[in-house]
Amino acid sequence: MASAQVFITRTGVINFFSKTPMEDIKAENNQVYAALDLSKKTIAFSMLMKSFLFRKELMQEHFNENYVESDRYPKSTFKGTFTGDVDPQKPGIYNVQAQGVITLHGVDKSINTPATIEITGDGLTGTARFNLLPQDFNITIPGIVRDKIAKQIDVQVKIDCKPVK
Amino acid sequence: MRHYVLFFFLCTCAAGVTTAQDSSLLNMLEDSMMANKQGAHVTGAFKGTHIINTHSVETPAKGVLLFMIMHRFGKINEGAYEFFGLDNATMRMGFDYGLTDELTVGIGRSTFQKTYDGYLKGKLLRQSEGPGGHIPLSVTALGGIAYTSLRYSDKPYLNARYRTSYTLQLLAARKLSRNLSIQLSPAYLHYNLVPTAADKNDVFVLGVGGRMKITKRSSINIEYNYLPGNQVRSFKVYNSFSAGFDIETGGHVFQVHVTNSQGMVEPLFLGRTTGSWGRGDIYFGFNISRSFNLAKKR
Repeated sequence: MASAQVFITRTGVINFFSKTPMEDIKAENNQVYAALDLSKKTIAFSMLMKSFLFRKELMQEHFNENYVESDRYPKSTFKGTFTGDVDPQKPGIYNVQAQGVITLHGVDKSINTPATIEITGDGLTGTARFNLLPQDFNITIPGIVRDKIAKQIDVQVKIDCKPVK
Repeated sequence: MRHYVLFFFLCTCAAGVTTAQDSSLLNMLEDSMMANKQGAHVTGAFKGTHIINTHSVETPAKGVLLFMIMHRFGKINEGAYEFFGLDNATMRMGFDYGLTDELTVGIGRSTFQKTYDGYLKGKLLRQSEGPGGHIPLSVTALGGIAYTSLRYSDKPYLNARYRTSYTLQLLAARKLSRNLSIQLSPAYLHYNLVPTAADKNDVFVLGVGGRMKITKRSSINIEYNYLPGNQVRSFKVYNSFSAGFDIETGGHVFQVHVTNSQGMVEPLFLGRTTGSWGRGDIYFGFNISRSFNLAKKR
């Protein structure tokens, strides 16, 4: 088989949203490193927490200093696999199931989420959407801001990968 | 065909997901990340734009309006009749606006001698780490002007020039660890009017300050401003020393402290502190700040 099986990006995008009646918080990291190996059906993500950009500078500072403690835990990673058939020769959208371990704030947590892999002319696009709970990662939310931060954080992933030559 | 074999293999061991994972992909990403690593600013040396009275190296971000109330009660040694100073108060309210992430313009009004103040505060250097550039210090410059508008019936000669004084201060801070930050703050003051010819119009002060975090959202702050002798001779001045406690909650920073300075603008507390810690001329006070985002998008 001539075509490449490993796809990679350094500019993947991960957004997260916290919606409450009090306040909507969103942040975007567009420097996400991601790789997919279609033959081994493995996936990996790695990103710097400091690269999450918020609309409010102060929120960004509090996110890094008080919540994810990015001085101690600078990176978040995902290591996993997917099940479902993806034919790199056949452009189209494939629905797959991704599972693996997210490491965030020094805590490992298994997740299992539906995802899509779209084979395009010159690479592939992967998307996924799932919820994370801050408490699963030992991120404590003080009482005074509890009404402003959602119990479940909506995470959206989009990666445009190019084949590794 | 190879795919089908792999697919079945993966399905059969789907229960033990971790065993089927290959960490070489992640290792490849981490190597790539290391190779492309860039320097990053060290943020949050101080929670507030002021350590207590002295400005810290921090400034509001672009488009952020910071409203701040600084409040000082009377002297603790005024005794029970004055309820240990709580019967009296002076305050300053001020607005800081971030023109850019580096440059701030500020205005304020103190009840103490009915003083107006205005300043520009600019970040010259930002402490940074990483291969993209290592900068050990954050340096912020402060240029301010203060105008005392209190009317004196016995001093008709006090014109606008005489009522004005200037501050030039360099704030150099280093966040030594996640909890400890220190700041050196040399200042140059110019008073257009001094009480007698023996007093210097140009006054130099060396300030030091720091904060020690005790939890993620609170810290103990201390500042000391050393006024070298023989600059103010016609009345007794003291070095300004203040100690306090910061609590941060979302967009608010709440600071409570004790200080021997009543004024909250540089020419008033750096060169005109007449309170003595030894005599108990201690003012209890607090600063409250609230930030508002005026700009829609960063």
